[in-house]
Amino acid sequence: MNVLLREDGLQPWADKKVAPQLCIRNVVKTFDGFTAVNDVSLDIYRGEFFSLLGGSGCGKTTLLRMLAGFEFPDRGGISVDGLDLLKLQPYERPLNMMFQNYALFPHMNVAKNIAFGLRNEGLGPDEIEKRVKKSLELVQLEAFAERKPNQLSGGQRQRVALARALVKRPTVLLLDEPLSALDKKLREATQFELINIQKQVGVTFIMVTHDQDEAMAMSTRIAVMDKGRVIQVGEPREIYEYPRSRFIATFIGSINLLEGPVVDCGADGSRVDCAQWGGPVRVAQDLTALSGHHVAIGVRPEKIRLARADEFAFTADNIADGVVKEIAYLGDSMLYRVQLPSGLLVKVAAQNLGVWFSADEPVRIGFDASAGVAIDK
Amino acid sequence: MNAAQSRFLLVAMSVLALLFLYAPIVSIVIYSFNESQLVTVWSRFSTKWYAALLHDDQILRAARISIEVALLSATGATVLGTFAGYILSRFGRFPGRTLFSGLVMAPLVMPEIIMGISTLLLFVALEAAIGWPHRDIQTIVMAHITFATAFVAVVVQSRLSEIDVSIEEAAADLGARPLQVFFLVTLPLIAPALMSGFLLAFSLSLDDLVITSFVSGPSSTTLPMVIFSKVRLGLNPEINALGALIILFVGVIATIATFRTIFADWRGKRKVETATA
Repeated sequence: MNVLLREDGLQPWADKKVAPQLCIRNVVKTFDGFTAVNDVSLDIYRGEFFSLLGGSGCGKTTLLRMLAGFEFPDRGGISVDGLDLLKLQPYERPLNMMFQNYALFPHMNVAKNIAFGLRNEGLGPDEIEKRVKKSLELVQLEAFAERKPNQLSGGQRQRVALARALVKRPTVLLLDEPLSALDKKLREATQFELINIQKQVGVTFIMVTHDQDEAMAMSTRIAVMDKGRVIQVGEPREIYEYPRSRFIATFIGSINLLEGPVVDCGADGSRVDCAQWGGPVRVAQDLTALSGHHVAIGVRPEKIRLARADEFAFTADNIADGVVKEIAYLGDSMLYRVQLPSGLLVKVAAQNLGVWFSADEPVRIGFDASAGVAIDK
Repeated sequence: MNAAQSRFLLVAMSVLALLFLYAPIVSIVIYSFNESQLVTVWSRFSTKWYAALLHDDQILRAARISIEVALLSATGATVLGTFAGYILSRFGRFPGRTLFSGLVMAPLVMPEIIMGISTLLLFVALEAAIGWPHRDIQTIVMAHITFATAFVAVVVQSRLSEIDVSIEEAAADLGARPLQVFFLVTLPLIAPALMSGFLLAFSLSLDDLVITSFVSGPSSTTLPMVIFSKVRLGLNPEINALGALIILFVGVIATIATFRTIFADWRGKRKVETATA
């Protein structure tokens, strides 16, 4: 998780006195009657690493392209530092973009690719050379200045694209799936490299991604999008721990949903009557506002503990007995599906501590009241 | 059929195909060195027809006109065809796009005789109305541009469709205005297509007979027209020499182009090898 550090420890989006750097207001974009972006409003603050997360066709790329100026919204407004972006063409905007497939100019070498944007600014050759050199150092490609893009590896191309976009000193950098073209190992290393470079240059990053792990690892905040709408904005931890809807709960990570009506509520916790669990489920939240409503209690698999029924070794607020049905060995952890008497399959992730459960083994599972979160939408 | 048999069959078929394609060409080259006045009867080796060719003013003048026409019309067709191809592949769906595309591509399928007649009628009517154009080189060039543009447009459009639009978007994102994007990024990337479009238009113009016959004037006889009229009066071994020279010219250009491609590939590979080493 990427945290935007301030001296007072308060994040800028929590501070009413701080004005956002980038304002997206009620933006709508339709293509031939298909609404790609539907009434999206977002405030993004200086220095953030902000992610637009969603499946394909959710409108995240269209939104990014509207920021860059390749699409114009039907309605709504976009401004950066008080500057109305909708009055500007792509080549006039103080934002730069890193494209999904990097879009390097194949007929220019690395140095010329990076210098391209500076030439358009009309800078002198000495200044251009100095800044190209500095940005090559930033991405550690000094030795590759004379190479053509087709003589570089995927990771090197990615870094050239980053340097090319950053050398213009944009106020905001847009990244369209920056890591999707890299293999898994390189992707993980590059995540941290990107965060470091962002901290070093102090530029606001806005990243489009479909990869939730990537968004969680790199972002200060995430906006989850679905069908053209932003359905939740928050810090990675907030979105994972307190998903606001079933869609987000199931889209981000894996979760068990225990359904039922809220039967008992108060400041010290509430109870939801879940027939599938085989009794009331206790949660720490005060659900007075939802009293009598049908809700789902979301519980992450890693927050459920698991023990053999005959050597029951933990206490928990909610306990149920079941039988192990399916086992997935992931190396660092084990993923079990435990069937309760009601037939409900509960996903349980257990750290690999050398304790194995086998199929059809009777087990007891349990989780604390603080582990569950009520979801009413 | 066993492997040896199928191999034999493959070789035999290749040889037959090559003979079918190249025997006429080889025979022209051989007979261009024939001393005899008769085209089809071999007497002995001689280069006298090449010497005669160099003193045949009619052919030399026609060759100059043909090359002039081909250069002018290939240039014009490359410019217009590039615009057409760019609009077709980059301007999205604008009103009338289908009609525009149909009109640009029509000469590809239009019988030459129709093109010839209609162009001639247009020129005659225009000349009657406004006194321009007289039928000479300029009418031939205009007619050639008309059909060669279609070929250039197809070549350019297909090359543009291979180029990722995001490369041009990246240029705009980095501050390049639309014209700068075109000249600094798009044009260098489609340059090979422009070159092949130009050569295609050049050779189409160089050997066009039908349309040229319709729109040429008395002072503008092109090489194909001269050859065709000579053939009607009985073939002269000089034509063999001329054919051999044209084949040599085309062969040299094709060889250079092939070697350049091979060399570029080889150089690219070597750099990648040193890059990964």
